[in-house]
Amino acid sequence: MPTYKLIVVSLFFVLLAGCASQDIPDPDPTDASVGSEDGAETDGMDGSGLGEGEEIDYDPSQGELASIIFFDFDSSELRPEDADTVARHAMQLANDTQLSVRLEGHADERGSREYNIGLGERRAQTIRRMLLIQGASAGQISTVSFGEERPAAMGSNEDAWSQNRRVEFKYTN
Amino acid sequence: MLNEVIVRRFVTVICLMSTLLAGVVQAQLVVEITEGIKRRPIAIVPFGWEENSGNVPLDIADVISADLTRSGRFAPIAEDDMLQKPTSGTDVDFDDWSILGVEAVVVGSVTQTGDNAYSVQFQLFDVFGRDQLVGYRMPASRGTMRRVAHRAADMIYEKLTGIKGVFDTKVAYVTADAGPDGQTYSLTVSDQDGENEHKVMESKDPIMSPAWSPDSRRLAYVSFEGNRSSIFIQTLRSGNRIKVSSKPGINGAPAFSPDGRQLVVTLGGVDGNLDIYTLDINTRQSRRVTTHRAIDTEGSWSPDGRHIYFTSDRSGGPQIYRVSASGGTPERVTFEGSYNARPRLSPDGTRLAMVHLDRGNYRIAVMDVERKDLLVLSAGSQDESPSFAPNSDTLIYATRPGRNGVLESVTADGLIRQRLASVQGDVREPVWSPFQRF
Repeated sequence: MPTYKLIVVSLFFVLLAGCASQDIPDPDPTDASVGSEDGAETDGMDGSGLGEGEEIDYDPSQGELASIIFFDFDSSELRPEDADTVARHAMQLANDTQLSVRLEGHADERGSREYNIGLGERRAQTIRRMLLIQGASAGQISTVSFGEERPAAMGSNEDAWSQNRRVEFKYTN
Repeated sequence: MLNEVIVRRFVTVICLMSTLLAGVVQAQLVVEITEGIKRRPIAIVPFGWEENSGNVPLDIADVISADLTRSGRFAPIAEDDMLQKPTSGTDVDFDDWSILGVEAVVVGSVTQTGDNAYSVQFQLFDVFGRDQLVGYRMPASRGTMRRVAHRAADMIYEKLTGIKGVFDTKVAYVTADAGPDGQTYSLTVSDQDGENEHKVMESKDPIMSPAWSPDSRRLAYVSFEGNRSSIFIQTLRSGNRIKVSSKPGINGAPAFSPDGRQLVVTLGGVDGNLDIYTLDINTRQSRRVTTHRAIDTEGSWSPDGRHIYFTSDRSGGPQIYRVSASGGTPERVTFEGSYNARPRLSPDGTRLAMVHLDRGNYRIAVMDVERKDLLVLSAGSQDESPSFAPNSDTLIYATRPGRNGVLESVTADGLIRQRLASVQGDVREPVWSPFQRF
């Protein structure tokens, strides 16, 4: 690098350093000459800083209890994400022996009607067995299967079919 | 003289119009033809009417003509094309009919014999052979006239095809109606041509699986009244019914034994293990037939009473099995395809109808019991509930081309398929009556 350029760069950095170390005084808010002379206005910002945070827990028992459980095609197996819902229903029944529930099983429209009654019943029985294991008593639970006779959604497509493969909890006292 | 003729023609036209109008207004099942074979040309000449008092109670030629047309095998020529209109055999001029190319002619007449008493006669002629094939006379009242016309059509049909006619039979079916207050279900019985509809049961809860008794006097069905399933047997004439099964859990899929004394039913119990049982209708005693933990349902009897056929998914998916009616080890009957259900044997025992999954579509298929070959008969994607006519030649079933279910019929060889379009509602689960014995 040529000598004179080095001097310019060095000088630049010296000046920069000088700027950084210089203490720039805050403009006096009562100094009228700063505020009003050129017609610009300032607005002070709220000086409060961030408050203190805290951790929150996820508690599934605090959400609204689902009364319908859905199933995959040709399956009466409970989806893993529904295990909590069933557990909560079981607890509800275990805690109140006056409570009874009718589990209504359904199937989508495909195939033979009476065979679909069987599929709906299989789904209701899956739920029933889990409720019994988890504290409900047999006298509190009844099952009925409507097969494809009471669809929740009309249509001959997977969207409707998936809404119809279900078990509904109907509580009675 | 001329005025008399004009008046008589006018009266006849009004009668015809009223009959047609009545047909359109009353009949929920309106027939449309979707497929066919080459139809045989035939002439049904308007019946003579010996007028004593009033109008002819029924246009019999019209009923016969409609029956033969609906069979898909005949094409009756229009009245306007007829060169002569004889009402008695001796007046038939075979040359006139030869010219028109018809192979057979039916002539007949109705005579009044009393206050509500008539005599109906008809003769069927072979045009080429210039010979009578059948001649018959039957008594009738105003109330039975329509059945008499169907019986005449039966005789004509059988003489010309060798197949027993089923025009004097009934069908029962379930209809679902979405009303302002929610869904209504009804069980309806009508003549096989859609006339004379009678709603025999109505409910806010689903109705399923109607089944005719062998004497055609009763219907068994499943009702979900009270939010549980029960099996009823209802006597059609009186409308009275008895509850024959209401055990805990599922009660379903009733079907009568050939002697009418038992039902085969599906019971699930508290644990929901569906199995086949037989139930004595009088004593209400039930006997268990299957014990597998699979879904065993949709039982039906063979016409000789020796076997019960049913659907079971014990091998993974639904297939059809049969077991001795007195119990034993079931043997599997269907091996083609992944889904075969809802077995129904033809009344002559030669064919097994079922719901069969055909490349993603649920269709009606028949399997020859001896040869075991399968023939797919229908072409929809949601076809179900096949039921044989008592002549084993035609089946009725339900399908869902759009939002509403409709009924179709198809011959057992698959050649003639027709839609019986319903005017309103969502129709399902048709069952064809046995031959009417009374």
